[in-house]
Amino acid sequence: MSKVMLHPETWVDRYSDYLYNYTIVRVNDHEVAQDIISDTFLAGLKSKDNFKGEATERTWLISILKRKIIDHYRKINSNKGKAEVRINYNDTDNEGDWLEEQVEDFSEMNAQESMENEELGLAILGCLESINEKQAEIFKLKTIDGVDTETICNEYNITPSNLWVIIHRARKALADCLESNWFK
Amino acid sequence: MKFKNPCEKANHICDKSQYNEASFWEKVRLNLHLIYCKFCREYSANNQKLTKSIKDSKIKTLCNEDKGAIKEKLYQEMKK
Repeated sequence: MSKVMLHPETWVDRYSDYLYNYTIVRVNDHEVAQDIISDTFLAGLKSKDNFKGEATERTWLISILKRKIIDHYRKINSNKGKAEVRINYNDTDNEGDWLEEQVEDFSEMNAQESMENEELGLAILGCLESINEKQAEIFKLKTIDGVDTETICNEYNITPSNLWVIIHRARKALADCLESNWFK
Repeated sequence: MKFKNPCEKANHICDKSQYNEASFWEKVRLNLHLIYCKFCREYSANNQKLTKSIKDSKIKTLCNEDKGAIKEKLYQEMKK
């Protein structure tokens, strides 16, 4: 079996969205997530000689990313006291009610659902890796970022017909990939 | 756009309608086609499922500037 090789020059285009979605649900802050991701890539570059070629590039990067996320929480927790959870009763009338029970729950989703959705998102991005990079980029712009046809056509110097052909192929490939990896 | 056969045309309208870009008459045409075409019915169903999945998953992307910043850092490190 041929071993997987690392191509650091393609990492950002290929994996940054995947890593970002993995990170953002865990740290909940755009700037922090971005820092963690660039740290991950740099760490990957530094230890690329340790890569044995047994896992895929993405799996290997995710394993580094996981450690970076843990490091992040260690760092903010070492500022002692800040991470402490205080439980107070706000007044005597409500004595016996936990503070957290009085907070309105804004999220309509329960934990199970949001976890499934996160996994679904990662499955979709994983499937996108199997199609041509440029086409995946165009598909993401149109479908996820909602950029209009004209803007994309101008940016990539293609006609609307070209765009729709790309979209059609991408949708077909994605639907097939999800069918065999997710909905089964 | 030129189409080789009615199915290609139907699929194109179906793709457009996933982005709310199909006109009323296009949708009428699509639905008439779907009545008698099993393959396009299948494609339409899968296509709608995909649209819903992407919406549910709430995928976020990094914008080009953010990616550019990360790339810059990485490339600089690679040069060393």
